Amino acid sequence: MSFVATVKRELLLACRRPAEIINPLFFFVMVVAMFPLGVSPKAELLSVIAPGVIWVAALLAVLLSVEGLFRADHESGALEQLLVAPTNLYLPALAKILAHWLLTGLPLVLVGPLLGYMLHLPVSASSTLLLALLLGTPTLTAIGAIGVSLTVGLRSGGILLALLVLPLYVPVLVFGAGVVSYAANGLPVMGLLAILAALLLASLTLAPAAVAAGLRISSGG
Amino acid sequence: MLSAVWQTLTRWYHQWGSPRYFFQYSGVLLRWLWPLAIVATMTGLVWGLAFAPADYQQGDSYRIIFIHVPAASAALLGYVSMGVAGLVGLVWRMKMADIMIKAIAPFGAILAAVALITGAIWGKPTWGTYWVWDARLTSMLLMLFLYLGVIALINAIPDPRQAGRAASLLSVVGVINVVIVKYSVQWWQSLHQGSTLKVVGETAMPAEMLSPLLISMLGIYLLFACTVLVRARTEIMRRERKSQWLKEALQ
Repeated sequence: MSFVATVKRELLLACRRPAEIINPLFFFVMVVAMFPLGVSPKAELLSVIAPGVIWVAALLAVLLSVEGLFRADHESGALEQLLVAPTNLYLPALAKILAHWLLTGLPLVLVGPLLGYMLHLPVSASSTLLLALLLGTPTLTAIGAIGVSLTVGLRSGGILLALLVLPLYVPVLVFGAGVVSYAANGLPVMGLLAILAALLLASLTLAPAAVAAGLRISSGG
Repeated sequence: MLSAVWQTLTRWYHQWGSPRYFFQYSGVLLRWLWPLAIVATMTGLVWGLAFAPADYQQGDSYRIIFIHVPAASAALLGYVSMGVAGLVGLVWRMKMADIMIKAIAPFGAILAAVALITGAIWGKPTWGTYWVWDARLTSMLLMLFLYLGVIALINAIPDPRQAGRAASLLSVVGVINVVIVKYSVQWWQSLHQGSTLKVVGETAMPAEMLSPLLISMLGIYLLFACTVLVRARTEIMRRERKSQWLKEALQ
C-alpha cells in the first residue's frame, strides 16, 4: 500500500511543479546539441560518436536530476517522519526511485531516438537505442539514489554526488553505448541488452536497501 | 577443539574492534611491524633496482616493475579491505571499522596514483606513449576515482561517526561495483580495439626477477599496514581525546 501511495504522491507533487520534469530533458537535448557545434557537423564522424554522446548526456541529466530526489522531503521534514515511522524503508525507497525515473528518466528514453537521428545514427539502431535507454536509465537513477541518500542535507551535495556516483556509472555507460554501436554496425545485440537488463534487476533489488541504510546514516540515526 | 578456536577468534575479533584494545596492542604490533616493513621494502627495492638481471628486451626500463606492481596490488587490496571494513561497520557497528576506512582511503589513493604514474613512465619506453586506454590502466584510473569519492565523502560530513558510517556504505557499494566495472572495462576494450601491446611478457618470470618482486610486494604490504595502523591510532586519539584511558595510556 505504502508503495503505491508514495508513487502517487511523487507524481502528484511533480505535476504541480512541471519544470522539474522538463528541465532535465532540456539539459539532455542541449548537451547533445553542443557536440556537433564543438566537434564537427560531419555525418560520418557524428554517427560514430553518437552512442557515447547520447549516453554521457543521459548520464549527466540523470545525475543532475536525481540530486533533488530527497531535497524537498528533507526540507519539509517529511523525510524525518518517514524515518521515524515503524515501517521498513525498502519499499518507500523503491517507490521514490521508480517515480523519479518515470518523471525524469522516461522522457529521456523517448527523446533518445530523435537525438540519435539528429546525430546521423543509422535508423536501424534507433530501436536498440530506445531499449538500451529503457533498461539503462532506471539503473542510473537507482545507483544515483544511493549517492543522494548519503549526501542529503550536505551543503556541497551536487559536485560531491558526481564524484561518488560517476565511477559507479561506468558499466551502464560501457554496455549502453556499446550495444548501440553494435546495432549501428549490424551486430547482434541481445546478449548486451541482457547484461543491461541484469544490471537493472540487480540495482533495483539492491539499491533500495542501500538507499534505506544511507538515509538512516545521513539522518544521524 | 574447533569451537575453542572459533571462540578465540571471535574474542579477538571483538577485542580488536574496541578502540582501547586496538590502541594498546597496535602500539606493540607496530614495534615489530615497522622494522620488518622497512627491511623488506629496502631489500626488495635494492635487489630489484640494482642487482636483478636486466630484461633481454626492455633492458633496465623494466625495473620500475618493482614499484609499479606492488603499488597496484596494494591499492587493490586496500580497496577490498575497505569494503570488508565497511561491511563489518554496517553489520556489527564497530567503531574501529569506520576508523579503518578513514585510515586506509588516503594511502590507497596514493598507491593507485603511484601505480598510474609509474605505469605511465614505464609505458613511454615500452609502448611509445605515456597513456593508452588499456583495460588495466582504465580500471586503475577508476579505482583512483572510487578512492577519491570515499575521501571526498568523509571530508564533506562534519560528524566523524556519521562520516565513517557513510563511507562504510559507499565502500560496500563500491566493492560490489568494482567487479562489474572491471569486467565492463575489459569488454569495452575488446569492443574498441584489440590490445596490440602486452603489459607483461608471455614468458614466465625467472626467479632472479621474481624473488625481489615478491619481497618488495611484501614490503609495500607491510608498509601499508604500518601506515594504516598509525593513521588509525591518530584517529583514535582524536576521537577519544576526552577519555580517561587514553590519558593514562599516553602517560
